[in-house]
Amino acid sequence: MTFYAALVQPFVEYGFMRRSLVACLALGIGCGPVGTLLVLRRMSLIGDAMAHALLPGAALAFVITGFSLLAMSAGGFIAAMIVALLAGAVTRLTSQREDASFAAFYLIALALGVMLISTRGSSVDLMHVLFGTILAVDDASLLLIAAVASTTLLLLAAIYRPLVVECFDPGFLRSVGARGAVYHALFLALVVLNLVAGFHALGTLMAVGLMMLPATAARFWVNEVWSLALVAGLIAFVCGFVGLLLSYHADVPSGPAIVLTAGALYLGSLLCGRRDSVLYRWWQQRQHRQA
Amino acid sequence: MSAVRLRNLTLTYSRHPAVHHLSGEFAQGSMTAVVGPNGAGKSTLLGAIAGRITAATGSIELDTRREQIAYLPQQEALDRSFPIRAIDVVILGHWSKVGALRAIVPALRERALHALAAVGLTGFEQRSVSELSVGQFQRVLFARVLLQDAHLILLDEPFSAIDARTTADLLKIIRRWHDEARTVIAVLHDLEQVRAHFPHTLLIAREPIAWGETEQVLRRDNLLRARAMAESWDEQAPLCARGAA
Repeated sequence: MTFYAALVQPFVEYGFMRRSLVACLALGIGCGPVGTLLVLRRMSLIGDAMAHALLPGAALAFVITGFSLLAMSAGGFIAAMIVALLAGAVTRLTSQREDASFAAFYLIALALGVMLISTRGSSVDLMHVLFGTILAVDDASLLLIAAVASTTLLLLAAIYRPLVVECFDPGFLRSVGARGAVYHALFLALVVLNLVAGFHALGTLMAVGLMMLPATAARFWVNEVWSLALVAGLIAFVCGFVGLLLSYHADVPSGPAIVLTAGALYLGSLLCGRRDSVLYRWWQQRQHRQA
Repeated sequence: MSAVRLRNLTLTYSRHPAVHHLSGEFAQGSMTAVVGPNGAGKSTLLGAIAGRITAATGSIELDTRREQIAYLPQQEALDRSFPIRAIDVVILGHWSKVGALRAIVPALRERALHALAAVGLTGFEQRSVSELSVGQFQRVLFARVLLQDAHLILLDEPFSAIDARTTADLLKIIRRWHDEARTVIAVLHDLEQVRAHFPHTLLIAREPIAWGETEQVLRRDNLLRARAMAESWDEQAPLCARGAA
């Protein structure tokens, strides 16, 4: 097989492959910076919980309207935001920590969503909602994913400074009179928007994959917020590209192929990254012993 | 003339009482140490003056705008692993001028470099905060306070786990703030340091024990009373109603 046939031809020949690749690029642009900030804010697992929490809203919209892009997106967004608000309220009103309340609510939401879809849809519908069908992304879905990526970049540009300060030194933000809670809420809305976009391509169980794995892998290569966001976005796109080719040539499901590629890149970074990786630490200890 | 006036102030921490019925005032341009046993409510009081904690009852009256307050938190409250450079932390001191959106113009960056130089950290501008020692990081935070150019400066345990040389350098900066007639309130543990450098002291043990000139406040009987109160605290006690009306 030639280089062209392996890497380029599938995208030249098939429109669905090109659309999927553009979807991966748009997801990478949005999920890269959002995932980076989620990791830096130590909210990785909360991101996962919110990805699952959007299911009952999307499922309810599916039961009422069928596979309507806008209705399922709006339903998913509203459900995930409700779960985020409820989990936040439980943390404020009781002694329970936020991660525990998020876990409780997302499990309830996930079970409710699966049950709702089962009442009307087939097992194929359920698989579609849980694992997505990035190869079936149509123009409308592509526009939605691109719009989410654009909104993400614009809003992040506007709230970047307070978000970074709220993450590093929340007390300072409060002491200068800035409303950290507002920025936190806007950021959570961005997380949910990107998860909704990811949901259409990768399903509720995999949506968070392109958000978290590239962002955690990037931590082993660079060490500034802007470069972390850039590298995470780039890794997400590369994972989409490689995952789609893997899916095409090996005839395996595309969503899991993309997320597994991201997983492989994360493990590779963990072992060989230029910052704080296993190999880097071993090399430093060796140098220290020789000195 | 007072910079901060407390009226029958009661504060809670994690829904439990931390400071009871505190009344008094910090004079304009004064330099006051807040001391007391661990858990006495010192940091809670400072956080309330900074506007971070809401009073359960009573009030705090400030003779200055919120932008004119600089607050230096305990280092544990900050995420030292966060990927941010020393110069970017210092530049945050310009918040009242740039807020969330305005650009950092070269003149502001230049002033931040001067502030870093003033705390002895020339050449450390591009270092990530995770690469700095505890003392160097505290110097960075002091540089940020310098840029804030505040009338009221609140310092929460500024010398905790700091080496002697850094402590001496930072004490000089605090002394300069006092000479410039800024009001300084610092939570401290080292009573000898307080006696040597702070003219006024507030001794609290969830309730005010004494407030005034340092030598009068840090008398043996006051310190024993504070310790005795600390040993009798009930962590689950409800808020008392005394003076709430």
